[in-house]
Amino acid sequence: MNALNQLPLNIAAAIRSLFGDPHSIWADLTMDIISIILVIVLIVLAALILILLERKVAGWTSQRPGPNRLGPHGWFQTIADALKLMGKEDVTPAGADRLMFKIAPMIMFALPMMTLAVIPYGHGMAPIRLNLGIVYYLAISAVSTLALLMAGWSSNNKYSLLGGMRAVAQMISYEIPLVFSLLGVVMITQTFNLSQIVADQHTIPFIVLQPLAFVVYLIAGVAEVNRAPFDLVEADQEVVAGPFTEYTGLRWGLFFLGEYGNMTAVAALTTTMFLGGWQGPAILPGYVWFFLKVGIIIFFQMWVRWTFPRIRIDHLMGLAWKVLLPLSILNIFLTGVGIYIYQLIVPRIGG
Amino acid sequence: MSTVVFFIFAILAVASAWGVVTSKNIVHSAFFLALTFVGVAALYVLLNADFIAAVQILVYTGAVSIMVVFAVMLTLRGDVRESSEENRKWGWGLFTAGLLFVVIALVILTNTDWRILAGPWTVQNTAASLSKLLLTSYMIPFEASAILLTIALIGAVILAKGVKEDK
Repeated sequence: MNALNQLPLNIAAAIRSLFGDPHSIWADLTMDIISIILVIVLIVLAALILILLERKVAGWTSQRPGPNRLGPHGWFQTIADALKLMGKEDVTPAGADRLMFKIAPMIMFALPMMTLAVIPYGHGMAPIRLNLGIVYYLAISAVSTLALLMAGWSSNNKYSLLGGMRAVAQMISYEIPLVFSLLGVVMITQTFNLSQIVADQHTIPFIVLQPLAFVVYLIAGVAEVNRAPFDLVEADQEVVAGPFTEYTGLRWGLFFLGEYGNMTAVAALTTTMFLGGWQGPAILPGYVWFFLKVGIIIFFQMWVRWTFPRIRIDHLMGLAWKVLLPLSILNIFLTGVGIYIYQLIVPRIGG
Repeated sequence: MSTVVFFIFAILAVASAWGVVTSKNIVHSAFFLALTFVGVAALYVLLNADFIAAVQILVYTGAVSIMVVFAVMLTLRGDVRESSEENRKWGWGLFTAGLLFVVIALVILTNTDWRILAGPWTVQNTAASLSKLLLTSYMIPFEASAILLTIALIGAVILAKGVKEDK
């Protein structure tokens, strides 16, 4: 079991030893490139699996079979869809702002790539170790608003622009409770380093100490990736497909990849911050535990999506500013009081 | 190596800043501004100031979208493609820019104590050290900026909503 647990690290060490000096700049560069390729593969694989899973979950919730024609139980459906998408014509609308129209999907895809690169997937298996992991993650994910606004504005379509505006309003509002709910964990661990936060959870996952923050983060996280019941950005019945209305073929596919990548990233951060990351009983390797927990969070997001109706836009804003934000501030207050009491009691009972 | 990276991002920052002032379309200017901020953030990383870099992206680049929505689109009149009008007052512009440049250059050149950390900041507890500094040595600037932001927020609300005459 230990050998299986250490397998990725041993492979990395073996690749490094191919170089004369295993810590030369070229060895580091090669390892970085390999990590980035692995992250891209992770996003593409996640999208392929999650799209199928989403349709299966949708079928399960609404009591119909879901995709069931291609391959056993319809498992190859997404591959066929992806191939079809690649063959489609790439249309740029006549009045579009051409350069921005083309850059927006690339940014949308690059962002989850950048955020997933700092997540610790196992003990010592963060592709890039950053001392400021959370701050970096939040900074990068804040830029996705910009990509959606670019797409919405450059399409030269009123529905797209409305969707882009909604994206700005919604994502900026939900970013605040999202960040504030993570502050409780930072207060306990006193670090921004994601690997250190996972290591601090070896006795007790923070969902036990921070249940309120966990709930707030989960809700705000669903809103941050624009999924139902918070999918006002791309609400089909109201604004066609929001910022994606004018996109076709691979560019639209990039948005889709970016969206599922973002969903994976939010689930991965939830796992890291609240569920103890790769920590788990030694019956399975750490990275398997990590992906199991991510899978549970993603399944929960899908379950919510197909269970609840879309929320109205004024209720959406009200929920962020009048419910989630006070709750997350209350959580910060409670955490502070809790830490103070803990520091008072522990020296007395000799803990 | 780091020199090459510096020049890549310095050129990116300066070139997109040039784009900000020369774009005919004010929305383009705003997105160029976001690119400038990214370039500057990369320069902060080269100076081993990772936290400032992350905050630069979080606060400035992220806020460009708000600026586009509120400052540009709510006040827009006529055609977007010709929205950023040229200003003919070259003399005043040159004078102000020159004065600003001289002042900044004087401050930079007379202050010899520019320490760049030799390596990456290796203190384990970044969060704890940062919070201690913010709530002890830099308490007053921290609170002052908070008040300033609140004033800006209230001002924006009043500008957008207007004040009733009878009160």
